[in-house]
Amino acid sequence: MAEQKSLSRGPGPGGPGRHGYRKPKDLRGTLSKLMRYLGRYKALLGLVVVLLVVSSACTVGGSYLIKPLINDYILPGDFSGLARMLAFMAAVYVTGAVCSYSYARIMVHVSQNAVAKIRTDLFDRMQSLPLKFFDTHTHGELMSRYTNDIDTISEALNNSFASLISCSLNFVGTIAMMLVLSPVLTLITFGALAVMLVVVKVIGGRSRRYFAAQQAALGTVNGYIEEMIEGQKVIKVFNHEAAAKADFRERNEAYRQAATRAQAYGGAMMPAMGNLSYINYAITCCVGGILAIRSGDLGGLAAFLQYTRQVSQPITQISQQVNVILSAVAGAERVFEVMEAQPEIDEGSVRLVRVTEDHTGNLTEAAYDTGAWAWKRPDGTLTPLRGDVRFDHVVFGYDERKIVLHDISLFAKPGQKIAFVGSTGAGKTTITSLINRFYEIQSGTITYDGIDVRDIEKASLRRSLGVVLQDTHLFTGTVADNIRYGRLDATDEEVEAAARLAGADTFIRHLPHGYQTILSGDGGNLSQGERQLLNIARAACANPPVLILDEATSSIDTRTEKLIEKGMDRLMAGRTVFVIAHRLSTVRNAKAIMVLEQGRIIERGDHDDLIDQHGRYYQLYTGQAELA
Amino acid sequence: MLKKLWPYARPYRGWIALGVACSAAEAIFELLIPLVMSDIVDIGIATGDQDYILRKGVLMAVMAAVSLCFGLGAAACSATAGMGFGANLRTAEYDHIQEYAFSNIERFSTASLVTRLTNDVNNLQMTLMFSMRLLVRAPVMLVAALFLSIRISRQLSNVFLVALPLLVVAVALILTKASPRFRAMQEKTDALNLVVQEDLTGIRVVKSFVQEDHEREKFAKRNEDLKSNAERAFGMVVINMPIMMLIIYGTIIAVMWFGGQMVFAGTLEAGKLITFFTYITQIMMSLMMVSMIFMMLTRSVACANRIAEVLEETPAIGDGAAVPGSAVESGSIDFDHVWFKYDADSPEWILQDVDLHIRAGQTVGILGGTGSGKTTLVSLIPRLYEATEGTVRVGGRPVAAYTMEHLRDACSVVLQKNTLFSGTIRENLLWGDPNATEEQLWAACRAACADEFLERMPDGLDTDLGEGGVNVSGGQKQRLCIARAFLKQPKVLILDDSTSAVDTATDAKIRAAFANELKDTTKIIIAQRVTSICDADTILVMDGGRVVAQGTHDELMDQCEIYREVYRSQQEGASIGG
Repeated sequence: MAEQKSLSRGPGPGGPGRHGYRKPKDLRGTLSKLMRYLGRYKALLGLVVVLLVVSSACTVGGSYLIKPLINDYILPGDFSGLARMLAFMAAVYVTGAVCSYSYARIMVHVSQNAVAKIRTDLFDRMQSLPLKFFDTHTHGELMSRYTNDIDTISEALNNSFASLISCSLNFVGTIAMMLVLSPVLTLITFGALAVMLVVVKVIGGRSRRYFAAQQAALGTVNGYIEEMIEGQKVIKVFNHEAAAKADFRERNEAYRQAATRAQAYGGAMMPAMGNLSYINYAITCCVGGILAIRSGDLGGLAAFLQYTRQVSQPITQISQQVNVILSAVAGAERVFEVMEAQPEIDEGSVRLVRVTEDHTGNLTEAAYDTGAWAWKRPDGTLTPLRGDVRFDHVVFGYDERKIVLHDISLFAKPGQKIAFVGSTGAGKTTITSLINRFYEIQSGTITYDGIDVRDIEKASLRRSLGVVLQDTHLFTGTVADNIRYGRLDATDEEVEAAARLAGADTFIRHLPHGYQTILSGDGGNLSQGERQLLNIARAACANPPVLILDEATSSIDTRTEKLIEKGMDRLMAGRTVFVIAHRLSTVRNAKAIMVLEQGRIIERGDHDDLIDQHGRYYQLYTGQAELA
Repeated sequence: MLKKLWPYARPYRGWIALGVACSAAEAIFELLIPLVMSDIVDIGIATGDQDYILRKGVLMAVMAAVSLCFGLGAAACSATAGMGFGANLRTAEYDHIQEYAFSNIERFSTASLVTRLTNDVNNLQMTLMFSMRLLVRAPVMLVAALFLSIRISRQLSNVFLVALPLLVVAVALILTKASPRFRAMQEKTDALNLVVQEDLTGIRVVKSFVQEDHEREKFAKRNEDLKSNAERAFGMVVINMPIMMLIIYGTIIAVMWFGGQMVFAGTLEAGKLITFFTYITQIMMSLMMVSMIFMMLTRSVACANRIAEVLEETPAIGDGAAVPGSAVESGSIDFDHVWFKYDADSPEWILQDVDLHIRAGQTVGILGGTGSGKTTLVSLIPRLYEATEGTVRVGGRPVAAYTMEHLRDACSVVLQKNTLFSGTIRENLLWGDPNATEEQLWAACRAACADEFLERMPDGLDTDLGEGGVNVSGGQKQRLCIARAFLKQPKVLILDDSTSAVDTATDAKIRAAFANELKDTTKIIIAQRVTSICDADTILVMDGGRVVAQGTHDELMDQCEIYREVYRSQQEGASIGG
């Protein structure tokens, strides 16, 4: 839903731009972080500044040439001089154009590289963030970092920074040249500029308020539209169309009025500035004309008038560019927020290594795939990987103040199957998420082959655990790629073997291109059951000693369900398995069943024990209690 | 395109005409000002006539003021017309969507409809507004400036014969070169976003299999691709400005050269020469603006097309065959050899040869796996979809014989994916019956077992639900939806798996309440749990779009293998856990 929130952001002031009024919180800090990305291009940026200065000098100076051109050559009729002067002018202009192209092109290079680096840093950093971060941020919210926010940064770097400098240089240069040409006339321009600034402030301030009102009304309309379109089917079922139309009209009309006012005001800025500049032009013309009667400096007047037209342009441009930069900084702030989020804690030093075992049971680290694994401590000692997992008085809450698991103790010996049973929200999935250390526990310990999981390097820990989740996620790519996701260096034979083990081989061979069939849109072209089979194959490909399984609840057609059951059973054989169980057969042959309720293990034992206890499990089993 | 959308702008045609006129007038006044300036130089300064200069100066200032008024007028008119057009278009689109059948909605998808109603309309209203100002201003500027230039000096205007085509060719060249590059860049952006999107949705898989580095590599590759494409695309754009400048400056120099000679020869006054190069800038700038507007318009055409699609979609179900005034008299339901598929072209039937007859007041249970056609079957009763072959009858008459309003008032459905709307609980319940009294509301809530939690809420029925009903739990939401449907006192009540989040005891209470209080209402219950339906008058077992068995619980236990299997598996506790 959150990505739709962005829909409520409508056109911003001054055009159909994407920049709303989003003010950065820490302008200076964020700006300096942003500048760090440009730091690598110091030399190029220095060149850009030089080019900017030259280009501004050419633009501003070019207009000054009008004076000698008219006074010294055209009026006296010195054509060879005129030709020379024009050639010089052409040279100045060409230099200006070449410089402005060069700095713009360099800025594109610098900004696109900087933006690419920001994107990479953002993504790299995001990969190391803990699951908790992803739980508390919606996908839409994070996606918009890559799309909207980085886009505004790219736009600002591409254009606005250079424009801002160039506009300022032009403005200062123009004023300077005006002063050189005629200090008296420049005073008039100063007066006009003062009036313009007042107008900008007044119209700008008022229109900002109207724009805020427009945005609010737009938010209401868009929110209403979203809700009604989402609930369209209910509207039909209840014959509620007429009421829905009437409510909509009211909101739509409110938005129309707010938008009309805001746009009429916003649109007034351009003609106001343009025509104020003309009034300035008229007065300058008058006074300049009278002065010229005495001095006869026609060329000076022509050049001055040219400057008069140019001088007000930077004012509007500067205010536009500042807006772009401000919203880019606001975007950058959100990007940096993600980059600065606390990454997953990983201080573990015990690593998973491949080993060979000689006839006396001595382990030696091996560089090739031996099929045997061991934990290697920092001091070099090796402990064989067996799959012994223990929880000792574990307490956990996603939020420290809200404990969801209370005092959990349990153990799984190598090769045992542990089943979790309980209602939604009882904490089954949470327990399994703690084994591979998706979350940090508040107190207690979890050990793996006698080693505290916090001492194990995270990647090693997770590599030793296979996971089959209920929600199947497939990536764009071939079927083989998706299975190989479990272990990237798996050969084609190993991939196919994994598929056969999962029972997925048959349907894969019936796909148009077999293992090379491209899956797209999260495997949308596969049935739920087929996706589940690929999921199992992926875990089989990783071939881990310990498995965490979340059995699918949704009923799939019976034939596929049988296939999945068989695949799961084959996958579980000979491994330590933690399973969130929904199937009777799974529960029945589990070594231990943990019945969870509200974050506590309320019963434990094997099937027969629990039936004998006549407790909660017995109720569940006999259908006396239902879970919701 | 324009023809389809024009009706929505039509009410504002006066504003549009006025706005266009203002824009044009503003442009013309702006062009006349430099002309007056040339008089100051050529007559005022040349003759040393201060009064003349002052008079002309005042004239210029007045012209600027008039032009300012026109400019403000243009802004106001274009805002009124643009925003009004947008509002009309949005209303038309929204109203039309209200006429859609379920199949129409599904064809577009909700998200796409929302975009078409929000972003696309906003884009068009801004386009109209800006076109009224810029699209008029630029050509007027161009034509008027050319006209005035020619009047000043036909000979000197020949410079434009070279400059204008050069400019047009340059802009066209750059645009045609740039647009495929931007398309390529967009493709690369999409590819990059896909990686991020998949990474986000599959983050647990990524972390479980320790594939963060693999994801980083994937991302880095696409990012590099995007970077080089973006550099190519933007690199093309930055050529635009310098080229423009070169052409403009080139023209100025040419005018200086030829014009300078003319001034000396006395065929042109110096002031006119200065005016001339003011026009050069104007002409070139308006041409550039035209090119920018064209870019904006191409984007808007896409939006307009998407909106037109919504407006042109014919609602799949209408009241065409309805007999006026016919009311549903009883809740009997008949399916006469009904076949159904969502899309006429799809090879698969969703329902195959369904033939069943339900008497008014019966309770019917429906059981079957996902995709067996249960939901589709009941959707045909309130005519949410139209049977492809065969007839569905309610109260003895084909469903198409009733107006939709009558039919749906008589057949109440609690949908599987149900929605509560922002507002209070009371407002939501009143959807069922706008005239319901306080007692009726509470009676409905009692029947749906919603009273127990409502009484615990401080504001009771006036509790604010928040957007999408976020302030209540899943089970509470389901009970409110049932109460809402109950309030309609329908002839047929359909519950599509609508008690899945409610515990069995409550579920049983709700069913008992329905049996007592809605005696004449035909009740159709789709459920996953056998316990929810085993006491129904008749139970339908569905598989692969067919009704494979029908009978009471005992009959089915005797005769139907599928039913026995489901029953047994549930009795054995296979549904342990949520």
